[in-house]
Amino acid sequence: MTQDASTPPNTPPPEVDAWGGQSRISALAEVLAPVLLAACGLVTVLTTIGILLVLAVQSVEFFLKAGIGVGEFLFGTVLKPEASPPKFGILPLIWGTFLIALGSSLIALPIGLMSAIYLSEYAPRVVRAVLKPTLELLAGVPTIVYGYLALLLITPLLKTVLEPLGFRVEQFNALSACIVVGVMIVPLVSSLSEDVLSAVPQGLREAAYGLGATKFEVSTRIVLPAGLSGVVASFILAISRAVGETMAVVLAAGMMPQITLNPLTSVETMTTYIVQVIGGEASYGTPKYLSLFAVGLALFGITLTLNILSSLVLRRYREVYQ
Amino acid sequence: MSDAAADSFRPHRRMRRWLGPVFGAACFVATLTGVVVLTVLMGAILAAALSGPPHSPWHDLGANLRELSALLGRLLANRQSSDPAVAGYHVGVIGSLWLLGLVAAIGIPVGIGAGVFLEEYLPAGRIRRIIQTNIANLAGVPSIVYGILGLALFVRAFGVRGLALGPSLLAGVLTLGLLILPTIVITTQEALRTVPSSLRQAALALGATRWQVISGHVLPAALPGIMTGTILGLSRAVGETAPLLMVGAAGSLLRAPRGPLDRYTALPVEIYNYAKEPNRDFQAVAAGGILILVVLLLSMNAVAILIRNRFRRAR
Repeated sequence: MTQDASTPPNTPPPEVDAWGGQSRISALAEVLAPVLLAACGLVTVLTTIGILLVLAVQSVEFFLKAGIGVGEFLFGTVLKPEASPPKFGILPLIWGTFLIALGSSLIALPIGLMSAIYLSEYAPRVVRAVLKPTLELLAGVPTIVYGYLALLLITPLLKTVLEPLGFRVEQFNALSACIVVGVMIVPLVSSLSEDVLSAVPQGLREAAYGLGATKFEVSTRIVLPAGLSGVVASFILAISRAVGETMAVVLAAGMMPQITLNPLTSVETMTTYIVQVIGGEASYGTPKYLSLFAVGLALFGITLTLNILSSLVLRRYREVYQ
Repeated sequence: MSDAAADSFRPHRRMRRWLGPVFGAACFVATLTGVVVLTVLMGAILAAALSGPPHSPWHDLGANLRELSALLGRLLANRQSSDPAVAGYHVGVIGSLWLLGLVAAIGIPVGIGAGVFLEEYLPAGRIRRIIQTNIANLAGVPSIVYGILGLALFVRAFGVRGLALGPSLLAGVLTLGLLILPTIVITTQEALRTVPSSLRQAALALGATRWQVISGHVLPAALPGIMTGTILGLSRAVGETAPLLMVGAAGSLLRAPRGPLDRYTALPVEIYNYAKEPNRDFQAVAAGGILILVVLLLSMNAVAILIRNRFRRAR
């Protein structure tokens, strides 16, 4: 791969050209291949530029047409695109997104971390060989299935449990969205954390056992702190996934933009709003239609920040072992 | 002094003995949630799918299987309908197969190409680090943002009439292609990194050119890993709903697409439309569609995981 490896020390004599009938074609391939491959690599860069460009250009158009400022957009508490004059305060959307992300993390982070600890510290080889692929398989279930699960199973269950206690459970509610999104991101947390915990060198564990520590103490006081940066990074990534999740939330939490602490009522997240606008009657170029790009930009900003934060944590605080 | 030290030392032997197994058991239970969810999921969906027509008792497995296969056959043959008794997924399944084929044809070569370029050609340095970070971030972009990109870029082309693809199959294919690109690039790179450099050096020493080394030796050696990533990426493309809603997969369509510029719809989009119907009778239809989708995707993913695990053991 290095430069001196690609040109052998004894440069072949020029009669190589006369040697094979294929030499011209292979010489052409030699020149063309890197160009074509570089073009493929360029596509990934262009995708990012495309996303930024689309979101920025259309958002500017939205702010001009709707005639509102960024502050009013981000911190306005009323979202009524149909009213006249329309109101585009997306704070209810940000609140809904935060509520779902918080609720699902409360479920997913402990369960994910505990299963990572089990898989890396406690599980016998055979059990691990079965459980790990099963968890990975679970990560492949499409999100619409989880949304349907909320409608079919979780919400009726919540109704039968909570309504006799005097709570009113709406057909679409934030709690069932939190539960399904939480279950959905468990495999992400457990598989990323498990990778880090397994990479903690065996010598650390053995040293702790040698000092008389129990398995519990080794797991929680030696292995977990040693792999903490990876665990935290996986937590942040999982939250970012919950923020960007669409279909499960659309089907479970409904489309009611409101700022509420009651998880049994319907809320609307940023992703849901985008789906609602595109599914509605808004025609191309109207402020309502363009608002989806501005909301998309805010969503992209949040998830990008979380992703960068996650990789920073991983890089900055990683314990390096030889 | 030594007395004070002895006083403050508490071995907590009993607690330490109990805490370990209790914690281990709790962690085990946590791990099982995944398996339990998968089981409950499949069970609930099966039950919902079979709840429509008069059904046999649960222990009568033969009759239930016959009913189930009849139901799935009916769902695959029927088109969309507002009558739950005759509603099905014919057009959506064909649309999803079109998407699968075209996304594979476009996304796989570009993804593998980008991975090979980054790993084998681009020298380590600032540019490579920037592109690498960029791909890692692209992998974390929510799928609906790709939908927004596809909507503005492919469906509308920023309002340029001649370039706009409209809500056509091709616009969906390009959007999903970009969506799965990071997955394929990252797994291709990982697979290429596992190929020992002695293999490259041996081929170079025998006089092979750079491209001959890559195409003849490195890529074949990395193939299992690349296949795993490719299948995982494709299965993600098939299961995605949100970006397709954005780029205009039709809500109701009675004709299957004949070419890349036709209108289309996909299986998950049709499931979404049935699932949000308030009419309870549609629940069985939605469950049947989910069953088709989940079986398709889980088998794709299982194949990918099997390939990877086999490859790992061989190393």
